[in-house]
Amino acid sequence: MRIECPFCGERDVSEFAYLGDAGYRRPPADSQGLAERFYEAVYLRENPAGPHQELWYHAAGCLSWLRVTRNTRTHEIIAVGLATQAPGS
Amino acid sequence: MSPNRLGEGEGAIRRERILSFTFDGKRYTGHPGDTLASALLAAGVRVVGRSFKYHRPRGILTAGSEEPNALVELRTGARREPNTRATVVELFDGLEALSQNRWPSLLVDFGAINSLLSPIFIAGFYYKTFMWPAAFWEKVYEPAIRRAAGLGRASLEADPDTYEKAHAFCDLLVVGGGPAGLAAALAAGRAGARVILCDEDFLLGGRLNGDRHEIDGKGGGHWARQIAEELASLPEVRVMTRITVFGAYDGNTFGALERVADHLPVPAAHQPRQRLWKIVARRTVLAAGALERPIVFGGNDRPGVMLASAVRTYVNRFRVTPGRRTAVFTTCDDGWKTVFDLLDARVDVPVVVDARREIPAALANEASRRGLRVMLGAQILDAHGAKGVGAIDVRDERGRTLRIAADALAVAGGWSPNAALSTHLGGRPQWSDAIHAHVPGDLPRGMIAVGGAAGDFSLAGALRAGAAAGLEAARAAGFEAPAQSPPRVDDEAVGCAPLWFVAGARGKAFVDPQHDVTIKDVAVATREGFQSAELLKRYTTLGMGTDQGKTSALNGHALVAALTGRAPSDLGTIASRPPYTPVAIGALAGMHRGAAFKPCRLTPSHRWAQSRGATFVDLGEWRRAKAFPLEGERDWKRTLVREVRGVRTGVGVCDVSTLGKIDVQGPDAGIFLDRVYANVMSSLPVGKARYGIMLREDGIVFDDGTVAHLAPGHFLLSTTSAHAVKVLQHLEHARQVLWPELDVQLASVTEQWAQFAVAGPRSRALLERLLRGAVDVSNAAFPYVACAEFQWQGRPARLFRISFSGELAYELAVPSTWGDATVRAIMTAGEDLGVVPYGMEALGTMRIEKGHLAGAELNGTTTAHDLGLGRMMSVQKDYIGRVLAGRPGLCAPDRPALIGVKPSRLDAKITAGAHFLRIGARPSLANDEGFVSSVTFSPTLGHWIGLGLLSGGPKRIGERVRAHDPLSGGDVEVEVEVVNPVFYDPDGKRLRD
Amino acid sequence: MRYSIFSLLRQALAGHRGWEPAWRDAEPKPAYDVIIVGGGGHGLATAHYLAKVHGITDVAVLEKGWIGLGNAGRNTTIIRSNYLLAGNNPFYELSMRLWEGLEQDLNYNTMVSQRGVLNLYHSDSQRDSYVRRGNAMRMHGVDAELLNARDVRRMLPFLDFENARFPIQGGLLQPRGGTARHDAVVWGYARAASGRGVDIVQNCEVTGFLREGGRIVGVRTSRGDISARKVGMAVAGNTSSVARLAGVRLPIESHVLQAFVSEAVKPLIPCVVTYGAGHFYVSQSDKGGLVFGGNIDGYNSYAQRGNLPTVEDVCESGMALMPAIGRVRILRSWGGIMDMSMDGSPIIDRTPVEGLYLNGGWCYGGFKATPASGYCFAHLLARDEPHEVARAYRLDRFAAGRLLDEKGQGPQPNLH
Repeated sequence: MRIECPFCGERDVSEFAYLGDAGYRRPPADSQGLAERFYEAVYLRENPAGPHQELWYHAAGCLSWLRVTRNTRTHEIIAVGLATQAPGS
Repeated sequence: MSPNRLGEGEGAIRRERILSFTFDGKRYTGHPGDTLASALLAAGVRVVGRSFKYHRPRGILTAGSEEPNALVELRTGARREPNTRATVVELFDGLEALSQNRWPSLLVDFGAINSLLSPIFIAGFYYKTFMWPAAFWEKVYEPAIRRAAGLGRASLEADPDTYEKAHAFCDLLVVGGGPAGLAAALAAGRAGARVILCDEDFLLGGRLNGDRHEIDGKGGGHWARQIAEELASLPEVRVMTRITVFGAYDGNTFGALERVADHLPVPAAHQPRQRLWKIVARRTVLAAGALERPIVFGGNDRPGVMLASAVRTYVNRFRVTPGRRTAVFTTCDDGWKTVFDLLDARVDVPVVVDARREIPAALANEASRRGLRVMLGAQILDAHGAKGVGAIDVRDERGRTLRIAADALAVAGGWSPNAALSTHLGGRPQWSDAIHAHVPGDLPRGMIAVGGAAGDFSLAGALRAGAAAGLEAARAAGFEAPAQSPPRVDDEAVGCAPLWFVAGARGKAFVDPQHDVTIKDVAVATREGFQSAELLKRYTTLGMGTDQGKTSALNGHALVAALTGRAPSDLGTIASRPPYTPVAIGALAGMHRGAAFKPCRLTPSHRWAQSRGATFVDLGEWRRAKAFPLEGERDWKRTLVREVRGVRTGVGVCDVSTLGKIDVQGPDAGIFLDRVYANVMSSLPVGKARYGIMLREDGIVFDDGTVAHLAPGHFLLSTTSAHAVKVLQHLEHARQVLWPELDVQLASVTEQWAQFAVAGPRSRALLERLLRGAVDVSNAAFPYVACAEFQWQGRPARLFRISFSGELAYELAVPSTWGDATVRAIMTAGEDLGVVPYGMEALGTMRIEKGHLAGAELNGTTTAHDLGLGRMMSVQKDYIGRVLAGRPGLCAPDRPALIGVKPSRLDAKITAGAHFLRIGARPSLANDEGFVSSVTFSPTLGHWIGLGLLSGGPKRIGERVRAHDPLSGGDVEVEVEVVNPVFYDPDGKRLRD
Repeated sequence: MRYSIFSLLRQALAGHRGWEPAWRDAEPKPAYDVIIVGGGGHGLATAHYLAKVHGITDVAVLEKGWIGLGNAGRNTTIIRSNYLLAGNNPFYELSMRLWEGLEQDLNYNTMVSQRGVLNLYHSDSQRDSYVRRGNAMRMHGVDAELLNARDVRRMLPFLDFENARFPIQGGLLQPRGGTARHDAVVWGYARAASGRGVDIVQNCEVTGFLREGGRIVGVRTSRGDISARKVGMAVAGNTSSVARLAGVRLPIESHVLQAFVSEAVKPLIPCVVTYGAGHFYVSQSDKGGLVFGGNIDGYNSYAQRGNLPTVEDVCESGMALMPAIGRVRILRSWGGIMDMSMDGSPIIDRTPVEGLYLNGGWCYGGFKATPASGYCFAHLLARDEPHEVARAYRLDRFAAGRLLDEKGQGPQPNLH
């Protein structure tokens, strides 16, 4: 598997560390039902069989966190962007 | 000496040189260009191995890597390679090979008694018996089965050879150097594309070497060499032989194994035995050809029965015949090539048995012109002969059986595309009624199959499709590539009528010869419901041998289909899994073995420590000084006591550079740190340091360390040595993913700074002498938890007044290249103060005496409350881990929490890993109250002490419990008193003075 | 037909013509008491114990393909009960005891081979944590022995004791651990369950759930709707996907774990060995192949195959531990899809949807759990309360903070 890092170019998967579901949003401290919301955010991650938005970290490269769209059935990388940029932007 | 070597014609061997080798200790000769198989055949050796289950004598079936039978132990001693296919071993002078899976010898093998028991050893028999008595399985049955099973013997010595890894990138990867592959590489190469062509053989040309083709009026082999020469002249083309592309992986990555030195007695100096290539290719042309199938009939495993195409290869390429009277059994036109090649080589062909009732007129005419005995619509029922074929029983088209003498038999059952690589990424092959075999189905993106691999068995088709695929790949990579006219070749007949097996055979008919799977086994499996391809494979082990069923799987499926009234395609397919041919574990490991398994990180003071006679300990990748024993100090405890007392009463120095150091800068640094630490950091004044804990978002303590506020907007964090990398990743996640709006930057500076703890009541005196006023280290100017950045001897330096030992202590940081000089300067400055270097043992002991935490307590399951740090959790701010730390399970009052323990009898020893039990309680999980996490002999207190996590925690201080350790071999039960985890100077007066 | 040496001899004389299908390839009925989704080891074991222990035989096991071709047929066949936590240890020990009687229970030789499981340690801190774990095992009556380097050398003289980056200091041995023939476990449970009346329905994919009010009352399948009083999921690897059909989100990710087998060689490795300084575990099959594996690839996947970096990592560890296997060749590699739970431990519980029961989250430890998993899931399905040894495997433990995190890695599935 090869991931095209926006800074470093296309690199082998062995350079990256994986975190998983990129949909994770840390609930704001003042929101209602914090415990439940944190439980859902931390423990109930998306796990689709197909395209999946996920976070990868270029650990052996520029240390960027990347938002990668990847098909979990085929391992095809569909899109890569920096995590600092909001999805879609 | 070489009864089966054909007299005339060169083929691809060089007769002028004689190579000498041994097989089972007997000496033979061959020539450069031979394989072990061809040289053995030339010498008239028929039996080369014994089968897996019945120990039947076996010969050579193929001339390639698909060989199921001719497996030998190659080389000796530490280089012994079990299960090596004689058909791919390139002969070298001095080669030594042994037959395997036989006792006492290849020709007299007592294991063959299994053959008599074969009526019981039916598919699945293991599962139906050996159940009684239950205790007999491990003691009696299984050892016997294990001894009988297995093929060759692995060496028990470390592999003495080395292995390398290499990476390559190309526009086009061509897998296979036969006509289709050569045509593809040439077309793309001429256009200027970066091409890599790989062939598993040591000779390019594929079937062109085994067959007698003409291309543009020249011999096929000649054409192949000519193309190879042109390819070699193209700068962007790399042609590799002796390399097998064994696996297709994601991202157009391919694994390939190059056999750099397997054709040599030992690798050349500084050369690896094999090299693992990882090739990234934009396009791939799969030109791996096709594999011929045998036909299943009685005694079809006897030495002398060989695939017809292999016979041609031996005759044409190696100038060897498997026998002097070689019968041919075919069901397709291709088998007739073998007939004519044999005849042209003046080998007697006593009969051609073609299962088809009709054959092309050209073949029939040629046969009659040559006066051949041809039996159409006939089948071979059985082959006879104890140690090799002596005669065959043929059933003619009218059902009469007659016996014909023959000492070899060529079998042509049709061809199956060699499409393994097309399925590694999940593609499923599709059944083709045209060729009665599977062809590549949905191919991986960028891959195209051509020639035999695509089910196109004509030479013209292979050349045409190969060239077209090469052109397409070049164009896709942006090269202009004019089409070129294909070379001129003759049309050839490729007709085939499927015949998978012969019904009515009397002898054992082997579907999978390596695993001794017969028609009967498949029939039983079918009867018992194991009818899908995967279940059949698992139940009968059909196709699970070293050859992975390359020549047997489809015949097995066809047999089940026939038994159940279905078509072979109905069984489904078995996805081929990497590797295509077996790959040495050493090659996949490469250089990372032995001492080079993982990097060894040395501290800046390593050489100095060595010069002081230090002993070392590996902690993760770091190698740190464990202790500094003086000459004659043989007892570790004496060293420990001396080093600890040296620090507690004088001054000591210890390299603490391994702690992770992360530089945090930016206007929002304080806010950022407040969010990642449980305690408040933004209030930390410049020039001060503070101990902090980080939680994971699930509320568990992640790491601890200090935060130093060096300058406005500039902080330096320390992490534990073990978590340095993980903490940076965690912080980068917080910075980039959670709060990208914060203006803060991070950098790891662990490697950039050497850091030394100077600890003990005389540490201030030492530093005064060392720093000579570069910074004022008096208590007033530089109190506990002060920190400073300053210039020392023209270089930047940092000083922190922090203490792990519990004494008055400082940590001095300098650029790491000055680490060695600095530690020596510390020693010089402290010489008359009695400065002692101390290592990890003393450090660990003093941290336990102080109740400080380490990995045994920060074990990923403890909360801040568990560790007595609950008061550090800020209630004024949000931070990672705050909310989930409040889950009921993590706040339960009975959770084990940090306490200290000391033995009730002070001469008793406590062991780490002992579990706490109430006095009088029976050892059980229900009564388990926690465990001892860390222990040490305390030189300061004069007895063993420990830290532990005990249910209820500090509430139980004063109580006595038992430390239960039935495992370690010491005292199973030690009564201990629960005490404050801070054994030494609990008020912290010493570090503030 | 009862399997024994006598039936085998009788059949041998009769040309093996009398063998019957090992299990009935059943047509689905319109309704059952209990439907188990997933014809792997766990699903089939559940059906067996439902029938045998609880007398519930109106049961269907629905398998989307052929039985036993998921993780039951893709593992490295190791069985052990060397667990630390009180929530895990008794469960796996029950499993071990069931393994020990499995052949007699099923009348099928599953080749349970108690040749020992040895976990090596290479540092003092690793030894301390093994002592802690071994003591926990002993306290529950599980066998555990602490070996020093000399003991290990006596057992496995060909390990790297001279030149290792991380020298072997010793190991934690569970003598009763070992291996079992994975496919035989599937077939044995299938045959036994089928013999008690359970319908094993192959090529029957569940595509949805039938609901009545808030309750699950059956499944929608590729072979039509089938109703049931209770539906149990035993589809580890695909648990998220199946649960999503019922609108249930779970603390599980699917990850690929690769495994490897070498060419068959004569007996070399007498027990199961795990390396303590890298990801590598190995045993030798009765056929002679070295069966080994390492870490998961580390990314969500449903592809049943992995990539080269993990292959190389596993082989590096293998060579660092036993450099004598350098010239032994890998014959085949494959990948299985693991239900990686958020704390590394499984879930056997009711789901928030009435009528739907969950057995999943096995990470890469599902094979050894097969008997106890089936036993406890059957208990839950039959009685609507957890079996005593599976009480900790609750779905709400994540929200409640009652985690079963043996390794202390936190809610990061690819680290478990």
